[in-house]
Amino acid sequence: MTRVAERGWQCAQPAASADRNHPGRPRGTTLNSIPATYNRAHHAFAVFTACAALVVITAGALVTSNDAGLSVPDWPTSFGYLVKVPHFVGGVRYEWSHRMLAGTLGMLTLTIAIWTLLVERRRWMRWLAIGALCTFVTQATLGGMTVLFFQPPWLSTAHATVAQTFFCIAVAIALFTGRKFVDRSQEDRPQGQPPRVDFDQRHPSLFTLTLLSIFVLYVQLILGGMFRHHGMSWWPHVANAVIVSFVLAWTSVRALSVYSKIDAVRQPAVVMLSLLITQLCLGFTAFLTRVAWGRSSVQPELPMVMATVAHVAVGALLLATTVVLAIQVWRNVPVALEERVPQAQGDASAA
Amino acid sequence: MNKKAFRMTSLSALAVCAFLLTLACNKSNTEQSSNNMSQTAATTPAAAPIDPATVATVNGTVKFDGVAPKPVKIDMSQDPACKGTNEAEAVVVTDGDLANVFVYVKEGLGTRTFDVPTTPVVLDQSGCKYHPHVLGVMAGQTVQIKNDDMTTHNIHPTPKDNREWNESQPPSSPAIEKNFAREEIMLPVKCNQHPWMKMYINVVKSPFYAVTDKAGKYEIKGLPPGDYTIAFVQEKLGEQDQKVTVGPKDTKTVDQSFKAAAD
Repeated sequence: MTRVAERGWQCAQPAASADRNHPGRPRGTTLNSIPATYNRAHHAFAVFTACAALVVITAGALVTSNDAGLSVPDWPTSFGYLVKVPHFVGGVRYEWSHRMLAGTLGMLTLTIAIWTLLVERRRWMRWLAIGALCTFVTQATLGGMTVLFFQPPWLSTAHATVAQTFFCIAVAIALFTGRKFVDRSQEDRPQGQPPRVDFDQRHPSLFTLTLLSIFVLYVQLILGGMFRHHGMSWWPHVANAVIVSFVLAWTSVRALSVYSKIDAVRQPAVVMLSLLITQLCLGFTAFLTRVAWGRSSVQPELPMVMATVAHVAVGALLLATTVVLAIQVWRNVPVALEERVPQAQGDASAA
Repeated sequence: MNKKAFRMTSLSALAVCAFLLTLACNKSNTEQSSNNMSQTAATTPAAAPIDPATVATVNGTVKFDGVAPKPVKIDMSQDPACKGTNEAEAVVVTDGDLANVFVYVKEGLGTRTFDVPTTPVVLDQSGCKYHPHVLGVMAGQTVQIKNDDMTTHNIHPTPKDNREWNESQPPSSPAIEKNFAREEIMLPVKCNQHPWMKMYINVVKSPFYAVTDKAGKYEIKGLPPGDYTIAFVQEKLGEQDQKVTVGPKDTKTVDQSFKAAAD
């Protein structure tokens, strides 16, 4: 027997007041069950690490777009050295810079992981920091394997996909260490009170939509990676772009139409919709410059490089924004619990 | 949207995504199966030894039909050491004659085997371009790769049937010597440091091959009398075959023409 459990909150309860275990609070407050203190320097460093991750992704896109992935044939050394600057011409500029930036990001990741382990009281945050470090090590290994195995498309695509996963984790750490996340009393409340919102009774729920958005974006990332690394044709990526556009538009419109009162939901939804439009334009430009016009080009040309690099960077931002939206929806949007109760108990309650 | 409709929509979306992902695998499977088919091709009975007194010659000219494509310019500005002619060599047409076409005896030699020449074939990097642009070599024969430029190149063949490798070669460094074990036509070689640098190595089992010069001419000497299929392969325009029968001491002219590839 299934019944809708409305314990804990009612319709039009304050946004920050609903949790299945803590009546009057949203479910996402379980993320804050252990009190945390805001550490400005820690948060600033987390933001810097996330920005550095985006820079490394952009540098990686430059490598692929310039077909320079194997211009430095050895790994983990570069022309036999770890840090010696080589003759800085041609594809070496992109590949060597990408390696050095990635090495710097590795140091940043190690630092933020250790820092988090030292200052964080939230156990899940400590695990997240360890997860970030493990993801970085995986990503570096994949990068090395792409060089040593001559860039098989599936491996290069895995490298591209894990890169964006790392970026999302870095953004999540930056979000979780932020003042607004650590201390709810610091959230923007113009009238001094949290906004009153309906709990999410629609099917699918907004949270489900955000998860679906993340899923279709990952599929799109894999298809785009396979196309860029010559593992498949362009059309599956273009075809899936239609699905991505539909799902993301649906998600952002739902968020904006129903939960626009919640700043933490409205802001990423607006950014997501803007990035989606930008990304579609960049994708179209990349298609024109690379597939339609650049078919007979003998080398990567500036327009196709710029369009594809921007397409990759905005794609990473879009995925990270969707992850942020999912986190904020989980944290701020109250839902109606649907719980399955034993038959006998159901009968007893009916009686 | 009710629950059932959402489930149907989600399942449809997942099915489409899964279908798109499986396409990624299909391409490599198709390539593998075609390679297996070529390996299991039937062989003909052993032939008699070649009598040098009866060998024939096949020569001819390869033409380009239609308006020749304009030479594509190369931008070498990213490396000051690159001072070569800045035109790509994908389709080189001079007065209707097509250069850089690899011509070889594709069928008709049966199970004959040939000694691998001990002299290496030279591939030179000069002016940030490969010389020659199209190269023929016998399986197992040494390819000597030189760098005459004052910049570092990396030599990266991307074969389907041979072992892939990628080595850098700084200026004034000794020549790199490599060989390719299996027959492979139009094996691409590129330099990842200078993305315009591309050439093709053709690995064959017999010494009966040639590459057309700027006048589109080629010549294959020393063929034993018999029926042959001559293949003409161009990197952009594909392959065309011709049957030819040569008698003792014959000199046959086999011309060929390519049309512009449809875009």
